[in-house]
Amino acid sequence: MVKQKIVLRFPPHLVEQPTIYHLIKDFDLMVNILRADINPKKEGRLMMELSGEELNYQRAVEWLKEQGLRIMGLEQQIIWRSDRCTHCGACTVICPTEALAFNRPEMTVSFDEYKCVVCELCLKACPARAMETLVENANSR
Amino acid sequence: MRKGLSDPGQVLTKSPRPIFLMTNSVLDDIMFAINNGGGLQLKVNRSIEEINEKIKTGKAVVFTAEEIIEVVKEKGTEEAAATVDVVTTGTFGPMCSSGVFLNVGHPSPRIKLEEVYLNGVPAYSGIAAVDLYLGATALPPEDPANRNYPGDFIYGGGHVIEDLVSGKEIRMEASAYGTDCYPLKKIDTSFRLSEINEATLFNPRNAYQNYNVAVNLGPKTIYTYMGVLKLNMGNANYSSAGQLSPLFNDPLLKTIGIGTRIFLGGGIGYVTWHGTQHNPSAKRADNDTPVSPAATLALIGDLKQMEPRWLRGLSFLGYGATMQVGMGVPIPILNEEIMRYCSVSDEDLKAPVVDYHRGYPYKEGGELALVSYADLKSGSINIKGQKIPTASLSSYAGAREIAATLKEWIETGHFSLTAPSAPLPSLEAGIKLNALPQRDPEQKEVK
Ligand code: SF4
Ligand code: SF4
Repeated sequence: MVKQKIVLRFPPHLVEQPTIYHLIKDFDLMVNILRADINPKKEGRLMMELSGEELNYQRAVEWLKEQGLRIMGLEQQIIWRSDRCTHCGACTVICPTEALAFNRPEMTVSFDEYKCVVCELCLKACPARAMETLVENANSR
Repeated sequence: MRKGLSDPGQVLTKSPRPIFLMTNSVLDDIMFAINNGGGLQLKVNRSIEEINEKIKTGKAVVFTAEEIIEVVKEKGTEEAAATVDVVTTGTFGPMCSSGVFLNVGHPSPRIKLEEVYLNGVPAYSGIAAVDLYLGATALPPEDPANRNYPGDFIYGGGHVIEDLVSGKEIRMEASAYGTDCYPLKKIDTSFRLSEINEATLFNPRNAYQNYNVAVNLGPKTIYTYMGVLKLNMGNANYSSAGQLSPLFNDPLLKTIGIGTRIFLGGGIGYVTWHGTQHNPSAKRADNDTPVSPAATLALIGDLKQMEPRWLRGLSFLGYGATMQVGMGVPIPILNEEIMRYCSVSDEDLKAPVVDYHRGYPYKEGGELALVSYADLKSGSINIKGQKIPTASLSSYAGAREIAATLKEWIETGHFSLTAPSAPLPSLEAGIKLNALPQRDPEQKEVK
């Protein structure tokens, strides 16, 4: 059994394809959609959790790639806008995983996306709004 | 100091009636006290004019308030004072009492602005026809605020100021009742900073000398101007640059006064007055620095020469919009007393820990503890046996950069110092902070 959180990015011409249907039907996977951002004729994004047999999962990933979809890990979903960050440090006591950490003696903040669990607590706790999510941006712009 | 004493015997013979026999060491002590005049007679005596002469010729010796700590440790106060001309300070924190006066110029026909929105944010127009004041915490009327608790406050006055100073186009929607001299009743237009007559940043209260460390003793997370505070003292937020902070380096306002030229928002500004809620009478430690929020400054400067980097719109979840202001003050080392003040380090600076669940909002109870900025900056403090993670709202990295920039401006002769035209009220003013009277409006005041 595997359980993976991934993000699928669809090129515009694949947005209207029944991709999820195939994942379930052909590869016997369980699909738990965390967030969807799909607009006709635009690039779409789908954050989801896939679980199923290891082999099926591997085959599904291969198939998705063949279809022209891009697969990303969930850790790439939170963006630290270093140009907007003032290095105050307010986020570092809010972030539960130390993905946002305070460096001493430099007294600066750094972001380790691999430690990020996309809890999104920092998005609003940052007064300078230097933390962003790809998904929210795609919706608002 | 003692080496410079005149012959003690001489003094003794002048004394009409020596009461008791003095040993040499007792005499030395007395002479030491006389020569120092209770600490008033100082070896180093430098004027602002002398410093400016050195700045002009590129010879001024300048250190930041952080660098100077080591210099004084190494050389001692007196030698450091003899060699150093200026110490630069800086701070980059949220400062709600900030805003900008604008004169947007007259359209044709003319208008006497009444209700004005800049990018949807209301500006105050109760002054001359096309003069406005836009405050950092102003919010658009349609902002749901805390009706949608905790509110996001995504765009307010501080953000408009940041956009203005970034050179972005600002939409202005305004209405007026119309007069014979100002007939226009409505306008919907846009302008950029470069297209209006004046934009004068005027901040009634900045640069707080010390500030509270906020914790939450309550049972659920609260959303404050000190950031998100987790329940049961889950975190402690502070907001001061500590050893780099301007007013911590001149605790009794011996050099900073009305007319002091400063770094403001990436450009040049001036101290205009003491800030609102100025409280120099706050309790002080032995090194004269206050152990609670104390002195404040009112600042002014031309927005057109400032940078968006140092004037940042902020959104405090559940609290409101505000602005992060970068400012820094140069401190002229007039003598070793000023040098000693500037050598203060985070270990010697203490801030009060205050509960923002009941303590601050309802004025219940006092401070929970005093902690040093060294402890705060280490990442955690200990209160009642509980280890509490700390975070800052003020950017120390920003404060460092401001102090370094100001240092560079002075070293390269781009920035000279000003002598204050009048001092700011300090200890001797005996200021006492007032609370707002809460009278029954029906009751006539008793004579
Ligand atoms: S709270 Fe925001 S501005 Fe402050 S350090 Fe974190 S990301 Fe940067
Ligand atoms: S989303 Fe959560 S885990 Fe990721 S950086 Fe923000 S607070 Fe930390």
